[in-house]
Amino acid sequence: MRNRWNIKVEVLGVALAILWLLPFYLMFVNSFKSKKEIFLDTTSPPEAWSFDNYIVAFQELDFLRTLFNSLLITVVSVVLIVLFSAMAAYALSRAKSKISTFLFFLFVSAMLIPFQSVMIPLVTVFGQFDMLNRGGLIFMYIGFGASLSIFLYHGALNNVPKSLDEAAKIDGANRWQVFWHIIFPILKPITVTVAILNIIWIWNDYLLPSLVINTTGSETIPLKMFFFFGEYTKQWHLALAGLTLAIIPVIIFYFFAQRSIIKGVSDGAVK
Amino acid sequence: MRTRDLSYWLFLAPVLLALALVVVVPMLLGLFYSFTAWNGIQTGEFVGFQNYLNLFTDERFLDSLWFTTKFSVVSVILINFIGLSLALIVTSKIKTSSLLRTTFFMPNLIGGLILGFIWQFIFLKVFASVGEAVGMESLQAWLSTTETGFWGLVILMSWQMAGYIMVIYIAYLEGLPKELIEAAEIDGASTVQRFRYIIFPLVAPAFTVSMFLTLSNTFKLYDQNLSLTAGGPYNSTEMVAMEIFKTAFVQNAFAYAQAKAIIFFLIVAIIALVQVYINKRREVEM
Repeated sequence: MRNRWNIKVEVLGVALAILWLLPFYLMFVNSFKSKKEIFLDTTSPPEAWSFDNYIVAFQELDFLRTLFNSLLITVVSVVLIVLFSAMAAYALSRAKSKISTFLFFLFVSAMLIPFQSVMIPLVTVFGQFDMLNRGGLIFMYIGFGASLSIFLYHGALNNVPKSLDEAAKIDGANRWQVFWHIIFPILKPITVTVAILNIIWIWNDYLLPSLVINTTGSETIPLKMFFFFGEYTKQWHLALAGLTLAIIPVIIFYFFAQRSIIKGVSDGAVK
Repeated sequence: MRTRDLSYWLFLAPVLLALALVVVVPMLLGLFYSFTAWNGIQTGEFVGFQNYLNLFTDERFLDSLWFTTKFSVVSVILINFIGLSLALIVTSKIKTSSLLRTTFFMPNLIGGLILGFIWQFIFLKVFASVGEAVGMESLQAWLSTTETGFWGLVILMSWQMAGYIMVIYIAYLEGLPKELIEAAEIDGASTVQRFRYIIFPLVAPAFTVSMFLTLSNTFKLYDQNLSLTAGGPYNSTEMVAMEIFKTAFVQNAFAYAQAKAIIFFLIVAIIALVQVYINKRREVEM
């Protein structure tokens, strides 16, 4: 009885998983077809696995450079968000006062503000100071990413006993040393969560780079993909090859870090 | 560490500077500009509530607000239903559990823009060719009408977000005390009864979290909207985020767009505050 029920559940689960993967399958098989072949049949595997579409898409997307841009912006932004947010959360959790409470409240309420509500003044102000470039973009990511990151670090720091700080201080360490040598290493699990949440968001972000980056050659993957798709909108064989290329880095990342990713996303949402 | 120590302020300085320049100043400036005739360069004259009053007769804005609301309500229900079902499937005693989790969660890692393009292909090309093969007229010309655009967006978001919501439900389901469920089983409770009287009440907090996460995510949707339908046909599938963007950067009505953005903020903030209120009340009860 029990077993039969479990088998039914398993069959249903596998069927749904196949359904879930279907969009990726369709993207993949059609990305190898010619324009004519897609016109004739969209569901079967290609007659020949030709890489012609990929060669065109690779060049048109300027793929290596675009990939590098995405990596650069994501890595620098996430490293800075992690370091600065951990520092700030440490100060807020160790100095209990009205000022700390107010600042913490400020950071948390900033999470309520949707991007569209600050988008227009943000772009005009940064434009006036000539900051619509990659440096400006990274700075903006710190501003938008700090709130949730501080919130998560603050929660974790409340479980780190203050006696640890005191002990290190007696041994002659200053605040800076206490934080980097004692506290920050203890926070590693939450650092992984903070890093993953910010990586997913920044890597995939389209709207902010589209407003801030306006020089050819510094586009990120989503931004370049948008232009590429606009150009090849009637040529699905090329568009699909481009989309597949754009997804590959994410799949590789997921393959190596899936446990931490799922845990991080779950912790970030539930807390 | 005390708040009058220099080190306190040094630890806080980088994020405070970034938050101030990126969020606080633009928010305050935006609020101010929404009462003026700002054109992006010059502040212009003070117009009081005129921008806000104009919103009430702006059919395109009201339509987008209504479309967004409908889309959010339908999506929230579907995403939570599918997400909970998937969570129940993968937390039962099956061999493929972790493989299934990985699969269902995968769309969440990929940007909404890219997912929208993939589904555009499916709705336009695959639906058409399958429809032709099996003779189903209803699969033709998807995304060319308001209705198919609406359901296209709902399908895309349900497929993407169900795995995310599944992860949240899993966290609660796996936190359930095993003894309780086993005790109920020994007492002769059926699968349905166990779900109805034991699992469901204990997982209730997950509903609040998931409902509001989906509500705020679907209400603020932009990327998927842009890549799947781009608001078409005739702006009929345009959601609020896109409408604000177009008012600002296509029509160059900066002050007016900013007034819309402030209303948008108020709606999103109210949704979030209601959630905080409900959570607090539940904590008191427990």
